[in-house]
Amino acid sequence: MIQLSNISLAFGERTLIAGATTRFECGEMVALLGRNGTGKSTLLRAIAKLGEVAQGDIMVDGKAISEIDIRSFARLVAFVNTERVDIDSMRAYDLVAIGRSPYTDWMGRLTNEDRAIIERAMQITGVDKLADRMVETLSDGECQRVMIARALAQDTPVILLDEPTAFLDLPNRYELCTLLGRLAHDEGKLIVFSTHELDIALTLADSIALVDTPRLVHLPTSEMIASGNLERLFNSEHISFDAATKAIKLR
Amino acid sequence: MQRNRLHITLFVLLAVLSLVVAFGDLLLGTTSIPLSEVWAVLVGNSENANYIKIITELRLPKIIVALLSGMALSASGLQMQTMFRNPLAGPYVLGINSGASLGVALFTLALPMLGGLSGTMFMRLGITGVAWIGSAAVLMLVMALSRKIKSVSTILIIGMMLGSAISAIVGVLQYMGSEESLKTFVVWTMGSLSTVTMADIAIFAPIIIVGLVLGIVAIKSLNMLLLGEGYARTMGLNVRRSRTIIFLSTTLLAGTVTAFCGPIGFIGLAMPHLARMTFRTADHRVLMPATILWGALSMLLCCLVTDLVAHHSMILPVNTITALLGVPIIIFVVMRNRNRQ
Repeated sequence: MIQLSNISLAFGERTLIAGATTRFECGEMVALLGRNGTGKSTLLRAIAKLGEVAQGDIMVDGKAISEIDIRSFARLVAFVNTERVDIDSMRAYDLVAIGRSPYTDWMGRLTNEDRAIIERAMQITGVDKLADRMVETLSDGECQRVMIARALAQDTPVILLDEPTAFLDLPNRYELCTLLGRLAHDEGKLIVFSTHELDIALTLADSIALVDTPRLVHLPTSEMIASGNLERLFNSEHISFDAATKAIKLR
Repeated sequence: MQRNRLHITLFVLLAVLSLVVAFGDLLLGTTSIPLSEVWAVLVGNSENANYIKIITELRLPKIIVALLSGMALSASGLQMQTMFRNPLAGPYVLGINSGASLGVALFTLALPMLGGLSGTMFMRLGITGVAWIGSAAVLMLVMALSRKIKSVSTILIIGMMLGSAISAIVGVLQYMGSEESLKTFVVWTMGSLSTVTMADIAIFAPIIIVGLVLGIVAIKSLNMLLLGEGYARTMGLNVRRSRTIIFLSTTLLAGTVTAFCGPIGFIGLAMPHLARMTFRTADHRVLMPATILWGALSMLLCCLVTDLVAHHSMILPVNTITALLGVPIIIFVVMRNRNRQ
């Protein structure tokens, strides 16, 4: 579904990722791992057509993203970031409904089909009971689910998420990632999410894309654990990665 | 469905109230005209030439101007609040009005110093043009800055500082201007709905209608921009084109009203909040008409208050009344936002 061909990304003058080549397929949940500031967000934003690609091509559905017009692209790739939206007097339902924008007319009127898709998106993400609640009254976990319902309402084969678990507590993190796994395996979507939760990623994701500056290493999860890349990247004088428990430990 | 009914009820209520207040505006004024006579003039079988003149040449234009400027200011305020994702954005706070004043000050005060032209129509068109240029320039500056600076309060502070700096320049111009041109300018700054004539409305109304239509065209984009530009783009919005439409709309609306009626504060800032609070929605398909109706009603009310006071043979500048009406609403909004955090 998504193909990276020898792409390089930079932040200002600094090269973050160089010569990355890999494929992500539908029905797959990919966790994007890496240290802070290594370019996880930059990569996701580049795939979402929100950032610049210094070199190489990103293809979605067999076409270079630079060749796809913005409205058609919105029907292929949806994006969710970390930012908590804070909108006065906005109902959760209306927020999810904005996800239908690529399909609605110039006024944004919803058809019955649109409404059915919105309701289904809210059911899958477990926020159907929050439909009439104001967004400002939702907890961080509920809010993040509503944002994912919005991306789901956009009805795209690909959903990219930039650190969706950042502000959530531990049970919420697991639940959210289980939900993402369901979207990939039951709904057949390609889910790519960046995270710092090694244990969750290694337990739930199908494959791991690791930013090992300036390379991007993409392997099935079990191969990634066996490869020794994680130890090399995350070990320091204070902590070490334990492949048996898939967790970071203090030395 | 229940929400739809609530919204329709509110729309009808606001429209009826606006009509009632508008009729009240027709009744009240420095000359007292009996209700039966006002009605006779309206249906066109009045014999009293004086009453006909007062109603059709003074009161009716004033009501039309109040209605249109209320709609225009509130619609531009709503678009700014959404575009800047800032609850305290509005034509007055962001210095758009100041930009227009600078344009007008340069035109009325500095141009005569250089030996400019005169003539009423020329002055009117000139003032409108320079007010547009002034407000567009400030809006562009604030937009450019808001791309670099993400902080909501910093943008407001910059807007206010721009406003103060511009007032200072205007002050210098006032100091240097001739007595006659100074008077033209000071009368303009007072903000008056009654200086606009039927001939002016022929220019004023079409421009405001174009601005409002652009605002309605922007409704879907505004809904998407509520989530921020990044999200809007990933949902297929051509952000640059939408910004241009919103920019044009707000400049036409706020700039034109400022040109014709002087700087009128707080309506643009407060009415979108009243609409959000009463209609309990952020969806611009409801919020835009709701804000426009609230704007119309509030300006007609302000107009009514100036009429009531005019009974005792003096005319209050309309911006004193909009401030008295708008400031409590804004304080309420700020307090509520604080409590939420």
